[in-house]
Amino acid sequence: MPQLVSHPDEVKVVSRRFGQGAAEIDKYIELDGYKAVQMGIEQGPEWIVNTMKASGLRGRGGAGFPTGMKWSFVPKTSDKPKYVLVNGDESEPGTCKDHVIFLHDPHAVIEGTMIAGLAIGAKMGFIYLRGEYRYLLKIVEKAVADAYAKGFLGKNIFGKQGVDFDIITQTGAGAYEVGEESALMESLEGKRGVPRIKPPFPAVVGLYGGPTVINNAETIANAPHILLMGGEAYAKLGSERNGGTRLFGISGHVERPGVYELPMGYSLRKAIYEVAGGIKDGKKLKAVVPGGSSCPVLKADEIDCGLDFDQMAKAGTMLGSGGIVVLDESVSMVEFALRTIAFYQHESCGWCIPCREGTDWLKKTLTRFHAGGGNKKDIDNIQYLAENMMGRTFCPLGDAAAMPTLGFIKKFRSEFEEYLEGVRVEHPLIHIKPVGELAMAGAGH
Amino acid sequence: MPDVTLTVDGRKITAPAGTLLIEACKSAGLEIPAFCYYPGLSLQAACRMCVVRIEKVPKLATACTTTVSEGMVVQTETPEIQQARKATLQLLLGNHPLDCPVCDAGGECELQDMTFKYGAADSFYAEPKNHREEQKWSPVVYFDRPRCILCYRCVRMCGEGMDVFALGIQNRGSSSVIAPNVPSQLAGLLNSGEDQAQLDCEQCGMCIDACPVGALTSGTYRYKTRPWEMNHVATVCTHCGDGCKTTLGVRSVTDGSEIMRADNRDKSGMNGDFLCNKGRYAFDFANSTDRLTAPLVRKDGKLTPVSWEEALNFAGKRLRELRDQRGPESIGVIGSNRTTNEENYLLQKFARTAIGTNNIDHHRTADYVGFAAALAGRVDATASQRDVLSAPAILLVGGDPTQQAPLTAWNIRSAVRLNRTRLYVANHQDIKLKRQAKAFAQVAEFGYGAFIDSLAGSEAFATAVRAEEKLVVLIGNELRGADLAKLIAVFPAAKVALLADYANSRGAADMGLLPDALPGYQALGSSAVAAEYDAPAAPGKNLVEMFDAAAAGQLAALYVVGSNPVTRYNVDPATLKATFLIVQDMFLTETAILADVVFPSSNLYEKAGSVTNHYGDLQLVSKAGDRAGVRSDFELIVRLADKFGHDVKQLVPFGKRQAGIRADMGQTRGAQAGEADRHAVWLTANSMEPKLSPFDPFAILDEIQRLVPGYDKLLRLQLLSGNDQHLAPAAGSLVQIANRNDLVLPSNDTLFTSGSLTAYSPMLQDVQRHESREVADRLAAD
Repeated sequence: MPQLVSHPDEVKVVSRRFGQGAAEIDKYIELDGYKAVQMGIEQGPEWIVNTMKASGLRGRGGAGFPTGMKWSFVPKTSDKPKYVLVNGDESEPGTCKDHVIFLHDPHAVIEGTMIAGLAIGAKMGFIYLRGEYRYLLKIVEKAVADAYAKGFLGKNIFGKQGVDFDIITQTGAGAYEVGEESALMESLEGKRGVPRIKPPFPAVVGLYGGPTVINNAETIANAPHILLMGGEAYAKLGSERNGGTRLFGISGHVERPGVYELPMGYSLRKAIYEVAGGIKDGKKLKAVVPGGSSCPVLKADEIDCGLDFDQMAKAGTMLGSGGIVVLDESVSMVEFALRTIAFYQHESCGWCIPCREGTDWLKKTLTRFHAGGGNKKDIDNIQYLAENMMGRTFCPLGDAAAMPTLGFIKKFRSEFEEYLEGVRVEHPLIHIKPVGELAMAGAGH
Repeated sequence: MPDVTLTVDGRKITAPAGTLLIEACKSAGLEIPAFCYYPGLSLQAACRMCVVRIEKVPKLATACTTTVSEGMVVQTETPEIQQARKATLQLLLGNHPLDCPVCDAGGECELQDMTFKYGAADSFYAEPKNHREEQKWSPVVYFDRPRCILCYRCVRMCGEGMDVFALGIQNRGSSSVIAPNVPSQLAGLLNSGEDQAQLDCEQCGMCIDACPVGALTSGTYRYKTRPWEMNHVATVCTHCGDGCKTTLGVRSVTDGSEIMRADNRDKSGMNGDFLCNKGRYAFDFANSTDRLTAPLVRKDGKLTPVSWEEALNFAGKRLRELRDQRGPESIGVIGSNRTTNEENYLLQKFARTAIGTNNIDHHRTADYVGFAAALAGRVDATASQRDVLSAPAILLVGGDPTQQAPLTAWNIRSAVRLNRTRLYVANHQDIKLKRQAKAFAQVAEFGYGAFIDSLAGSEAFATAVRAEEKLVVLIGNELRGADLAKLIAVFPAAKVALLADYANSRGAADMGLLPDALPGYQALGSSAVAAEYDAPAAPGKNLVEMFDAAAAGQLAALYVVGSNPVTRYNVDPATLKATFLIVQDMFLTETAILADVVFPSSNLYEKAGSVTNHYGDLQLVSKAGDRAGVRSDFELIVRLADKFGHDVKQLVPFGKRQAGIRADMGQTRGAQAGEADRHAVWLTANSMEPKLSPFDPFAILDEIQRLVPGYDKLLRLQLLSGNDQHLAPAAGSLVQIANRNDLVLPSNDTLFTSGSLTAYSPMLQDVQRHESREVADRLAAD
């Protein structure tokens, strides 16, 4: 089990049971576990939804949609069964928050799922883990089995007649794309992981055609805490219109990388320099990717902003999934751009043309550029490709590839230009193999 | 749905609420480009070509998934949109091989058209294109991966449209590729090698038709010619009874016009988008090198090529001699299911008025006499092919349309899928359409009578069907005579259709190729036709009786037009030894080889006229192909009648009948019967009576309209415009003949057979071999 980190500025809500053995159900119960869901049963769905609305909790997956509102969109009555779907397909590079929740506090996800089920009138929930988290499945499955054994899941839960809830766990097969909610539903139904046309939205037509609430695992894990502490109290922890706290995974060239729970709106600069202990080995900060690899990069002088959805948007980037990647002066932005785009090229599902072909050409061009076969026009071409992918693709994956690319080109254009002159930023650890002769063969223009 | 008004490019347009924006624009004459959108198939929004700017929507929206709403304001061709489309095209072309000069789709390619429109002429990429080798998936389907733009039309067409699901998508991202789904039974057998890809499907070629580019190409057409080198003639497929319109691409060759391909580019037909394997590929019999191109006369026991004059003279004179010596009752005539109404009418008229016999029959593939009798007195009781698509409920009793009437099956599937039509299936087999059925009734083999009785009962199937108010009843050829009448009587308010086998099976019966009924199923003794014909009142010999008579030495002569009864009815060749046999056919069939005279004739793709499909829908056939050395059956019957010594003018009312006006022998309009349609439209439009040559089938259309009940309703302008029109069969005084079951011999063709023509279609042979290999593989895997 990886080491847990901590810092005095942390406000522990969703992480309060971390490191205390709460994966065991008895320990979890001892730490106020399964109280919130029983409150929910007593108070009824309307109370749950109102509390969630009051909490100002916004989706922790990256889009930041208000959770209470999402739950309220589900129709009260439906011919088809309703479902709760937990998105644990945590695939955004730089993000590792759901991972620690599943590891340390799986019951919080289970309890949160049940609360969401109560709120929308669903009797079944699914916990979907990314394929690469298969080793966490054992922990989650054991937690689910324990909950069944205690009578917390199944028929007449907590001894309440007519209150039923079941949970099924499932892993993906290793595709970033199924982190997108509708692609996740396709995958869960056993089909190719490609997104669906919206509308209809999942709240109306979701999994197996039934109304479905789909939430990120961290969002769901927050629900029990919110019910216990009250919506307003939770909201107050955060900033305006950004309730509560959030897990931030700070990685890269910092002294103390790790997952920290910080209040929404917390300063990015402080997060890097105080919470994570500053830049490693006394080097200079070069850039920060603030919310997972799809967010436009921030330069060293742009980090004086608060970590919430609205402030990050104002800064021209996104809060995203809370994966803060810190890059020091030793990083070549050309190399970093290639790394980033190689990921999206590999993960593009291929459904729509701009993403499928765009990421492929971006990767090909950057590969040649990086190998030393580039020319000045390539920089314009990379920008042209990215600009023409933005907003034109079927799902946000195309944007996720285009946004950071535009960031690299716009903010570090001079470095790309110098790269052509032979100026290299060398890093002792990161090394991308030069491309083969094939790509070079076409580099003659 | 109420109408909404929206503004598109500054124009106010109105469309029913819920209409897709792309369709609303199309109706208003505004074309929005799209690759993946295909009407009737599920939505994809994958190609991003149809992006438009909608007011108050933050991003460009796809017109193919947006439904219109009141007050919507849309821009479809702003610089921003044009740039988006251009960029998408640039991305596609980046990996496209640009082998347009040799590509089959060159000249009729949507990618070409859009590139032309948006001018995506510049390329930014220095890297090599992604490449994969071309694959042969089946004898008729080839796949050229680099040309594919991944619009998924083929995948949906195969899955949703055909209910076959033979195609899928492999890999992801830029490695995504369309590939045949491998049946699970075969998965272990196939190596991972891509050259193993094989299509296990109905070989309909719909994937090729739907392909907007040249990625999927036809095994029979690829690399043969260029689209602009062909003439495209819309006509009716000869193979089954559905009456699909097929557009033949023909190219001039030294000995006529060769048919290069068939497709459904003319979507005005009742088949819309659809064509099956045979409609698309099985025209190749027409190009067969086995075609007869000179008349043959038996000399010293051997069939010897002779001149037309000699052959016609010999046949006509000998037939006359035999008729005069041994009486008209000793002559038999057998007609065809694949010749036109005009030819069929003319043939029976020749038999009845020139020879003077009712010894006329044809290979009956369904009991249309029983059908007409059962419907006697009912008005508007028959369903048209188009009714199937719009019916709220369909009852299918017997038959297997997937195999025998593929368009009917397509329409049933489309109706169920798109209109939520309720399908009820009763069959003695687990036919494929069971998958679309709301309810299925298992019928015992030969047990349809008992099934019909059960429809009066209280079983769930019976009550559900009886509760349907607007029902179309489709009846397989298993039901005949009393069963047929009983079934039709159960549903007095339903529209019914009886499914048969070939292009003009229904027309052959309607036109009176029957020993016991005149055209329109009118009685021999007393009817309008009988009065005009002055033919014998007693029924003649049916097809089986003719061969019995031949065996007994009582059939002096037999005239067979476009039919192969020797094989079909398993006739012992020795029975015809003493019979003078004249055969008109394309090939030296098992019947023709026994003949004394063989006339090489043209097929349905080489002549003009009309055919009636098994629903009773009348359509025009147009001359597309041509072969030097052959004559149409119509012309041959007229010429034979002439040599027989009959007054041709009595047979074909050609030319003006007024005294002093010479008959028009075709000079005014060219001798090509294929031009009849255009010329006649012109004449009709100018209020002029068409002057017809004796060899023009339209010369007899007036008489058919005048004398054949049901056909009196046909509108000639509709016919000549290429539109289908539904005709009710004859009602009123119908003959009742007991026990005609023996005479109906369904050919039960599969998707890959077409009666005697099967042997002359290399494509059908190839597909059958492919099919048997698939089956063998599967057996080996089990």
